[in-house]
Amino acid sequence: MHEHALDNIKFIRSTMETTTEFTALPGYGMALVGISALVAAWLSGRTQTEEGWLAVWTAEGMAAILLGFIAMILKASQSGLSLLSQPARRFALGFAPPLLAGAALTAAFARVNHYGEVPGMWLLLYGAGVSTGGTFSVRAVPIMGLCFMTLGAVTLFVPIDYRNYLLGLGFGGLHLGFGLWIGRKHGG
Amino acid sequence: MAAKATALRMIEPAINLDQLIHERVRLGIISALAATKTLTFGELKEILELTDGNLSIHARKLEDAGYVSCRKYFEGRRPQTAYELSLLGRKAFEKYVNHMEALIQAMKPKGK
Repeated sequence: MHEHALDNIKFIRSTMETTTEFTALPGYGMALVGISALVAAWLSGRTQTEEGWLAVWTAEGMAAILLGFIAMILKASQSGLSLLSQPARRFALGFAPPLLAGAALTAAFARVNHYGEVPGMWLLLYGAGVSTGGTFSVRAVPIMGLCFMTLGAVTLFVPIDYRNYLLGLGFGGLHLGFGLWIGRKHGG
Repeated sequence: MAAKATALRMIEPAINLDQLIHERVRLGIISALAATKTLTFGELKEILELTDGNLSIHARKLEDAGYVSCRKYFEGRRPQTAYELSLLGRKAFEKYVNHMEALIQAMKPKGK
């Protein structure tokens, strides 16, 4: 009986955690990130130097993190959830390592002025972070992660002139499309 | 006599268990709804990995008991059903969790 009661309490806890992970995802916030990435893709396409291109996308990365964070706080407060909950920590722990790896590799590539592989690498690593972080989230999240990874793999092998478009398609198009889908299906 | 009283005290939480919530699927529905304000039929189905029929049967039982409230509306042209835990349901859920904790304490293996 003791084991049965313990098992029930574990079941309750895991169901509540899964639900929290399920509902804390800010779909419309993600769509906004997509729009800002489309603007960044347009702006970066007009820069004259590779350093300028990197500066635009670095600024976009920071803006996206800020936008995503604000959207998560707003959605969490609407649902009466805490950002410090176990599911939120689990998402961050899965999401952050590939992003940190991407930042380190970008710095290393920038140091030797080698930018060609950066768009594909960003898309691949971001996709890996979304897939691992969103394993227990709504089905759309790991699917979005896999889409990013596929696009990243393709980007690595297309001619260099097309890579910025694919970057815009990934961070802009995928965020916008999946964000609207999640927002419509999961209440914001 | 004293031993019987102790044994009765130990199993009392199990006797008084709310059988409506104790069933696994319904416990899942109540737990999910306790974690957030509302969930649609589709969300509950995805979270608990249930079939349409299974979810509707158990949700209906909870609705009949007044533990959850159900709201039907249209999203565009698609009909949607949203569920919410009622005050009665939240109290029953809290009581159930307390019962479980009491059972764990009462049945805790000695020496642990």
